[in-house]
Amino acid sequence: MDVEQMKAFTDRCSQCAAVSWGLTDEGKYYCTSCHNVTDRSEEVVSTAVIPNTKINSISRGLRQRSKHEKGWDWYVCEGFQCILYHQAEALETLGVSPELKNEVLHSFWKRYLQKSKQAYCKNPVRTSGRKAKVLEDNLQSSDWGSDFELLSDTTCPPESGAEFQSDSQTPKPFPATKRSSKSASVCSGSVDGVEYSERKEKGLLKMTVPRTLALCYLSLLWQRETITLSDLLRFVEEDRIPYINAFKVFPEEMKVYGRDKGIFAVESWPDYEDIYKNMIEVAVFLDLPRFPDITEDCYLHPNTLCMKYLLEVNLPEEMYTLTCQVVKLTGIGEVDFLTFDPIAKMTRTVKHDVQAVAVIVLVLKLLFLLDDKLEWSYSDLAEAYNEGHKEETPQFDFRKWYQVMKKTFDEKRRKWEEARAKYVWKTKRPLYRSHIDKSVAYKRREMVENLQKQFSALIGSAPEVERQAPSSFQLNWTGEDTGSPCFHGHSLQGLLISKGQALITKNSLYWLSTHKFCKSYCKHVTTYEESNFSLSYQFILNIFSFLLRIKTSALHEEVSLLEKKLFEKKYNESKRSSRSKKVRRH
Amino acid sequence: MMSDFSEELTKLAGAEDNPETSEFSKTRMHFPWLQKHIEAVVTGGKKRKDFAQTTSACLSFLQEALLKHQWCRAAEYMHSYLQTLEDSDTYRKQAAPEIIWKLGSEILFYHPKSNVETFSSFADRMKNIGVLNYLKISLQHALYLLHHGMLEDANRNLSEAETWRYGEKSASQEVLIKLVQAYKGLLQHYSWSKKKMELSELDEDDYAYTAKSRNMLSQSSKTSTNICTLIKTPGVWDPFVKSYVEMLEFYGDQDGARELLTNYAYDEKFPSNPNAHVYLYEFLKREKAPRAKLISVLKILHEIVPSHSLMLEFHTLLRKSETEEHRKLGLAVLFEVLDFSGCTKNITAWKYLAKYLKQTLMESHREWVEEEWKSRRNWWPAFHFSFFWAKSDWKADAELACEKAFVAGILLGKGCRYFRYILKQDHETLKKKIKRMKKSVKKYTIVNPGVHT
Repeated sequence: MDVEQMKAFTDRCSQCAAVSWGLTDEGKYYCTSCHNVTDRSEEVVSTAVIPNTKINSISRGLRQRSKHEKGWDWYVCEGFQCILYHQAEALETLGVSPELKNEVLHSFWKRYLQKSKQAYCKNPVRTSGRKAKVLEDNLQSSDWGSDFELLSDTTCPPESGAEFQSDSQTPKPFPATKRSSKSASVCSGSVDGVEYSERKEKGLLKMTVPRTLALCYLSLLWQRETITLSDLLRFVEEDRIPYINAFKVFPEEMKVYGRDKGIFAVESWPDYEDIYKNMIEVAVFLDLPRFPDITEDCYLHPNTLCMKYLLEVNLPEEMYTLTCQVVKLTGIGEVDFLTFDPIAKMTRTVKHDVQAVAVIVLVLKLLFLLDDKLEWSYSDLAEAYNEGHKEETPQFDFRKWYQVMKKTFDEKRRKWEEARAKYVWKTKRPLYRSHIDKSVAYKRREMVENLQKQFSALIGSAPEVERQAPSSFQLNWTGEDTGSPCFHGHSLQGLLISKGQALITKNSLYWLSTHKFCKSYCKHVTTYEESNFSLSYQFILNIFSFLLRIKTSALHEEVSLLEKKLFEKKYNESKRSSRSKKVRRH
Repeated sequence: MMSDFSEELTKLAGAEDNPETSEFSKTRMHFPWLQKHIEAVVTGGKKRKDFAQTTSACLSFLQEALLKHQWCRAAEYMHSYLQTLEDSDTYRKQAAPEIIWKLGSEILFYHPKSNVETFSSFADRMKNIGVLNYLKISLQHALYLLHHGMLEDANRNLSEAETWRYGEKSASQEVLIKLVQAYKGLLQHYSWSKKKMELSELDEDDYAYTAKSRNMLSQSSKTSTNICTLIKTPGVWDPFVKSYVEMLEFYGDQDGARELLTNYAYDEKFPSNPNAHVYLYEFLKREKAPRAKLISVLKILHEIVPSHSLMLEFHTLLRKSETEEHRKLGLAVLFEVLDFSGCTKNITAWKYLAKYLKQTLMESHREWVEEEWKSRRNWWPAFHFSFFWAKSDWKADAELACEKAFVAGILLGKGCRYFRYILKQDHETLKKKIKRMKKSVKKYTIVNPGVHT
């Protein structure tokens, strides 16, 4: 009867427009996606969970409640599942196709649970593996199956919540072994938080919050989506994807404290290298097959990315042909090179974004040498030419470009630093180490909120800068209101000379970013000591590494590695290679 | 009275800020690498969380905004900085309330949208974060209220703070409690002196007079106990000492006042404080103490602050003294006053010097003059007697120029440009004076004729 009634109530939620209703204890409807409680109520005869429905009883925990906290019993992996779910949701709102969540990420996560023997396998390990209380197990076994469902339902809107529903034979987690022996100070909101944080098995890849992001990126890569790793991390930084203190997306009833703090509290933005490393580790752990091919029509192909970054940093489109040349000569555009294969002997993957940017840096070096001299004398020539030929397409003037970029970049960077300084890390749910600290933590939180209220009244009435829509472009030059000159259409005429059929760069010199690569066992192949390099080179590395939010040294390394590919012979001959390399244009 | 309070407020605020600014000046001194290095050492080489990085960046933006008086912007950063109260790093969490209080109260003091209620509610909140800040914040809160003329509220605040106890920790805050009490005493003194004023307007035979004076007496005894404990502790307690002495004198306890002031000036445990000597001197002057006694007090003041305005008074005392040593010192005192750029236009000082130079030379103590001149010979001409000064002095104050010209003539000879410039001027009233001056210079100049500068 109830079911029918529930089905009958098909109005859209007034807050989030979803149609997914649950019943509260009082018999009122609440929206399962936004927890908005309606005035409409139904007389519910039985409040027990009815199988195969999406109606759940909020705050009527099916599992045991802990003594101290009212809330659900939940497992650490469920926490990660919840985070992953919200991350996938966020990606979907960013325009990623829904298959990513429904198929790819879902199966990756399933595979992870399987590989880490937490679910979807014959003998799932839970906690310390003690088979506790069979009786209790039996009693509750009928519920366990729907417990996962319960979580999915309440943390996620039902229409997609089913994604994470378990198959009937799966998870059969052992009830938590009670932590009576532990001292009161070692505790956690989750059932297995303490055990989880102490687990150190060989060959096991424990899930962490950074690894959820690695999983997300793996799915993006699998889907060949138009999001690079640096984009993904920037979206995290812009708070478009849950990551920083991601436990804030947990439902109220999932209490987070004690050891959970170490697992879920994140107070740093993700680091490119770190996530990259994690991504490979996760892929290897999951034993994933070769990823779909990255071909020339993919966004992640260096040619596409080069074009994108050329536009982004306001360089002439004509440079595209040169970047394509470099991509071809170095072989970094090959499918086998670009495609990620975790099973391969030497597991590595391409940092697509960093590499594309490195190509551009290399081309700039080919064109202008960037020795703090030649680029300026070329600029003089271009300026003089443009003075005399005002009607024609202007020649690219490095100095002018530098001035425009410097101004924009400094401004951008200042704003970025200010925004970071104002970033709000602390969530409404304070974290505390144990029950003893709980009231103190909540009191502090209240105090902070009150003080913040007081100061927010004193903040200038200037309206907050409207949040820009998410974009893979951080800089825009072609719009009407940009106010800065756009160099996309400028020509490279003054920088190239024709020689027979081909055009070659006027500049015939080149210097290598790294002469000798480090061969010791330390991880970096080269170092970047700023003062050793020309100011132009420093400037270019700075803008690009800022755009990608990576360390300047990382970009320098990528440039060096790319040069190694391009000038392989020179390296092999082990000659001091500062001789010219000409790029032909067909 | 009120001006004393506000002065004290700024003084106290300044004193309070010192340890902090020196700590923060690391960032202002432009050694960012040093700062980073120190932080890396503190965290044991571990990478700092971005939380720690952004909040410390937030703090420097906040300080920058305060420095530029951008109160709205500062409030914006404060809004974010409040997060440090929840820092998981215990050390930083404990340091946070004090920083927030100092910067926050500054914002609220100046922000156009802020008012007494906002400030008070901020203070009340901050008092209860971290035990050790309670007294300091209470005291500063009271000073803020005083600044806004809310004496009763301030008094209530101080009374609350006075009775505050927190187990062991209150012991370490003894000085602060004493200070709180002393400020209470100061407030009582204020109402006492108001009553004193009213009393002076009343007739002594009036019935109200006796009641009032009895009332005053009880007030004063409360005040003395409140202030007394503080001023026995070494420190600079000028307003308290002044008020207390005023009361002692009013009730005829001259010995008590003298003892207190002598102790305040001469006790070695107390920091060197020119005002202590000034107070003692003023008290002795009121008492009509012998000249030798006055001279001995001012001698110390002269050592600490040779440019003090009392130095001219000191000079007159010395001039009249019988001992030669004092009279010689009298000359040195004048020279030293005029060493300070703030005193260069002090006509009394120049007048005294001109007169006293003449007197000294007449008494043929030429070696005294030469001794003082020796160390100034190479910089006074440019400092006081340049052609530029001659012109501008004459334009601004002809009388001053005359006195200076005389001194210049004596010290540098009649060929000196300052002297010659003034001599050339034609002035109706000063004509005679200049003529006389020319004569005396000729007679007394310490420069041998023929040697011109």
